[in-house]
Amino acid sequence: MFDTIWALPALPLLGVLLNLLTGRRSGNLAGLIASSSVGLAFIISLKLFYDLLQLPAAQRLIEKNLYTWIAAGTLRVEIGMQLDPLSVIMILVVTGISFLIHLYAIGYMHGDPGYNRFFIYLNLFVFAMLILVTANNFLMMFIGWEGVGLCSYLLIGFWFEDPVNATAGRKAFIVNRIGDFGFLLALFLLFVTFGSLDFTDVFNQASVRFSPGDGVITAIALLLFVGAAGKSAQIPLYIWLPDAMAGPTPVSALIHAATMVTAGVYMVARAHLLYTLAPLALTIVACVGLATALLSATIGLTQFDIKRVLAYSTVSQLGYMFLGLGVGAFGAAIFHLMTHAFFKALLFLGAGSVMHAMSNQTDMRLMGGLKNKMPITYGTMVIGTLAITGFPGFSGFFSKDEILWQSYAGWNGRPLFWLLGALAAGLTAFYMFRLIFMTFHGKLRLQSEAVHAIHESPKIITIPLVMLAILSVVGGYVGVPALLGGSHRIEQFLHPVFQQSEQLSHGLKTGKPSLHAHSTEWLLMLTVFLITLISLYLAYQFYIKKTDLPDRLVKKISSLYTLVYNKYLIDEAYEAAIVRPLLKTSESFLWRIVDNRLIDGLVNTVGAGIAACGRALAVLQTGSVQHYALWFVLGAVVLLGAWLF
Amino acid sequence: MTFTQPTIDLTAVSPLLALLATAIFLLLLPLFFRSAGRALLAFVAVIGLLISGVCLFRIPVVPISGFDRLLLLDPLAIAVHGALLLAALLTLLISLNRVEDEYLNYGEYFSLLLFSLIGMMIVTSTWNLLVLFLGLELFSIALYTLAGIRKMRADSVEASLKYLLLGAFASGFLLYGMALLYGASGTLQLNEMMLGIEADASTLALIYAGVILLFIGLAFKAALVPFHMWTPDVYEGSATPVSAFMSTATKAAAFIVLIRLLAHSELAIRFPWPQLLIVLAVLTMTVGNLLAIHQKNVKRMLAYSSISHAGYLLVGLTAASSSGDQAVLFYLFVYTAMNIGAFGVLSHMGVSNADERVDFESYRGMGYRSPFAALCLAVFMFSLSGLPPFSGFIGKLYLFSAAVEKGYVALVVIAVLNSVASVYYYMRLVVNLYMRDPAEELSLPRANAGLKAALFIALLLTVLWGIYPSLLTDLLAGISRPLP
Repeated sequence: MFDTIWALPALPLLGVLLNLLTGRRSGNLAGLIASSSVGLAFIISLKLFYDLLQLPAAQRLIEKNLYTWIAAGTLRVEIGMQLDPLSVIMILVVTGISFLIHLYAIGYMHGDPGYNRFFIYLNLFVFAMLILVTANNFLMMFIGWEGVGLCSYLLIGFWFEDPVNATAGRKAFIVNRIGDFGFLLALFLLFVTFGSLDFTDVFNQASVRFSPGDGVITAIALLLFVGAAGKSAQIPLYIWLPDAMAGPTPVSALIHAATMVTAGVYMVARAHLLYTLAPLALTIVACVGLATALLSATIGLTQFDIKRVLAYSTVSQLGYMFLGLGVGAFGAAIFHLMTHAFFKALLFLGAGSVMHAMSNQTDMRLMGGLKNKMPITYGTMVIGTLAITGFPGFSGFFSKDEILWQSYAGWNGRPLFWLLGALAAGLTAFYMFRLIFMTFHGKLRLQSEAVHAIHESPKIITIPLVMLAILSVVGGYVGVPALLGGSHRIEQFLHPVFQQSEQLSHGLKTGKPSLHAHSTEWLLMLTVFLITLISLYLAYQFYIKKTDLPDRLVKKISSLYTLVYNKYLIDEAYEAAIVRPLLKTSESFLWRIVDNRLIDGLVNTVGAGIAACGRALAVLQTGSVQHYALWFVLGAVVLLGAWLF
Repeated sequence: MTFTQPTIDLTAVSPLLALLATAIFLLLLPLFFRSAGRALLAFVAVIGLLISGVCLFRIPVVPISGFDRLLLLDPLAIAVHGALLLAALLTLLISLNRVEDEYLNYGEYFSLLLFSLIGMMIVTSTWNLLVLFLGLELFSIALYTLAGIRKMRADSVEASLKYLLLGAFASGFLLYGMALLYGASGTLQLNEMMLGIEADASTLALIYAGVILLFIGLAFKAALVPFHMWTPDVYEGSATPVSAFMSTATKAAAFIVLIRLLAHSELAIRFPWPQLLIVLAVLTMTVGNLLAIHQKNVKRMLAYSSISHAGYLLVGLTAASSSGDQAVLFYLFVYTAMNIGAFGVLSHMGVSNADERVDFESYRGMGYRSPFAALCLAVFMFSLSGLPPFSGFIGKLYLFSAAVEKGYVALVVIAVLNSVASVYYYMRLVVNLYMRDPAEELSLPRANAGLKAALFIALLLTVLWGIYPSLLTDLLAGISRPLP
């Protein structure tokens, strides 16, 4: 029944090969090939999902070892895939969103000289991402992980003629390398500890051999989290993501908002058992997530580049997901991952549609009043914004509320977590409505002849917007909490995956008041809603009613504002504390002394020695048959003589 | 005196018969049809190879020993026959790219190729010294001729003559070794040599001398240092497809006979084989790599690289175990695909027979002028240098891990260092392909369909065996050597 699972990554790969083979000759066909391969993969995902639902809940873990890649000595590397509720949600999100974004990209990238190359990269990304989420061992996951990293690098620097883009690509790659190094160390430690990298094997051994709080497990969990922080843009490695917006907008939507950046969340959720066994690591995950959510939300308040605002909101929402993971609510984090994929893809594609109309302008100070000119874009963007701010009834409401509630009531939750999380929710509402008001309301501030040409985008762009808008509304109804009369179906669906952790955490529950009555839940929910409404009202006052208010406020707290506007000078701090000293040591010490004198000296000496040996040997290669025969005889004499010794 | 008729098992020889018939047919065809073109001849040859391949596939996996024990078809023989057929097929296809501005009789050329293939198949499927010698000479003589097939060119003739002279020299050693062995043991069957003889010192010395002389003759064919000196000269002077065939098929045949020689328990135990093989492996790898490093001619570079690969194969042979033998076979398959592929791209670069472009400089910027050929060459270079995920990596991994299993750690360290050093000269070519601007505008002829097919097959196999090695390892699982 699950034999078709191999086709899932194979289809996008086939798309890559087809587009590679046809090259530029395929013309507009490239987009069609790429989209249909992903579309087919989506259909297969639906089929797999359906098949999985037919099984009783306890049996919903299908492992398929396709073949053994390497079997040498004790090392066995299996090429294997697995399907369980967690990975099936991921493949549905990845293939579904990818399909819509592929469609959108057909319109968006139309006429670009790198059209074919773009779709090759995009398909390659989907392939790697599917490997990542269907892997049944850490090594395969790592292969997919590196694959998506490579595609991300290639796509950020897609328009590499502009050095800014190339630099952004490099930054992303280097920062991610730091994270990947952590992941790699975790892999070594896992292999040394368990003698295997297989998920089932490792988790089964871990639950038997280790008790909560064990040092090795904590080390593994923290190293894995370094990897997750790199890929999912958490403090201190989040700095690459805002710059990554240099890539084409569909890429920002697909890779840097909806799918790839959530790989870290997926990884932590996949290794949930290791984290439950390491409560310290889990608390660190929660704290880092919360800090990231707050920090990037405040930066988001001050940015004027529409894509940058969205980028910081992505970082902030990823912080929420890590908060969810950190308090032990793995299901809630995955739920938010899913709804976030819907509305963030929608917001980015909407921003792309605006840029499309404004001839690639991204500065919101030059926008305004687009409401009437682009009604579909406007409408869908508003839906996306309501979803991300957690407005009741929209998808973000259910998932965000679940995370906030768990950060209060979860086994590793604390009231302070909830308070700061609610604050971040208020900030989110403010900067997102600021974006909507500045872009679509008021008067157009751009003065140019192109103004009259502003019009709604073509259907190939608006249809994916509408589809995503629908998903952004209804996507949340799979997780209606019991409080509101729902049965939280997604949590139930994921339950078998996280069961082991839940059982384990019952014993860990720190002596907290068990008075989590419905009334508390109601109270917290209403408080968050109230904060959101206040933020909305403030944004309305600031950007529609009294448009001079922001400037006056900025003047009053100008130093603070400048600090936040410049992203807390964190890039500069890294530059001063890490990059420049590194460069300096590299240049004056590593390069001039270690590399030039020591290593080069060594290498050159060795190289010269080798070359000299080579020359000496080459002298023997005279070309004369007599000399060859002489060596032959010498060799024979030595071999025959060997018997005597 | 009773005469027992030997059992004649046609299944066992059917691959050989198919090839023989095709070879003779190819020789006669141009005689009766003067208009028989290159395409028709190639088609006939390919069909012959395919039929032979099918026959090979139908041979049962249980070892057959037919014709009064003269012929032996065990899993080892069947596997190497597969590799040899692959080598011949790829060689044939890349041969089609030669530009016809020079007299080249394709009927003769193809049939010589098939005759040498038949010789190699005979050599690899016998325990009998006489049959061994017969097969060896059959493929050697065909190869001497093939090396000089471009008879209007001085370097081709030189290559042929050098190969012939040194080959005859080596055959002398080989034959003398056989004579000593026969004299000491009274049998021609290699596997029965140590049975029923007095194990006194003088007999053992005779046996040892015989085995060593036999080994030297084979080492010449396999191009092991110090019996390798002919290799670069002959490869450089021969037509590129012929060099491709010699570097892969000859090596395969020689290594299988070496396995048979050394696998025999008694012969293997009493002599200091591991030490000898280790010394030879280190020498062969290192000398090959050192000399390859500063070659300016790509063909010579590949010749020296083929010497170093013989060294890697020796590492697997040193392990003297079933897994070592399987690794050697695996590597022979992998090496066949990637090395003939690399030579194929070289023959594409050869604008005409008279004017071959074989220096590194002429590959500059090729990545942009002929993307497919350059991509293939880059993949073959990556694979030859043993980088994952290509099959060269897996092949080396198997060879080296077989040696590590037997505790030859130092040898493997040297082998790995050697393979790191080899990255330098392989990557030099790749750098030229993609990172250097072309020195001059070149117009390359369009690659012909045969060459394209060969490159595609070689590329596919190199990638596929890299990411899905069990396709091949499953086929080789039957190869085992009796425990000593």
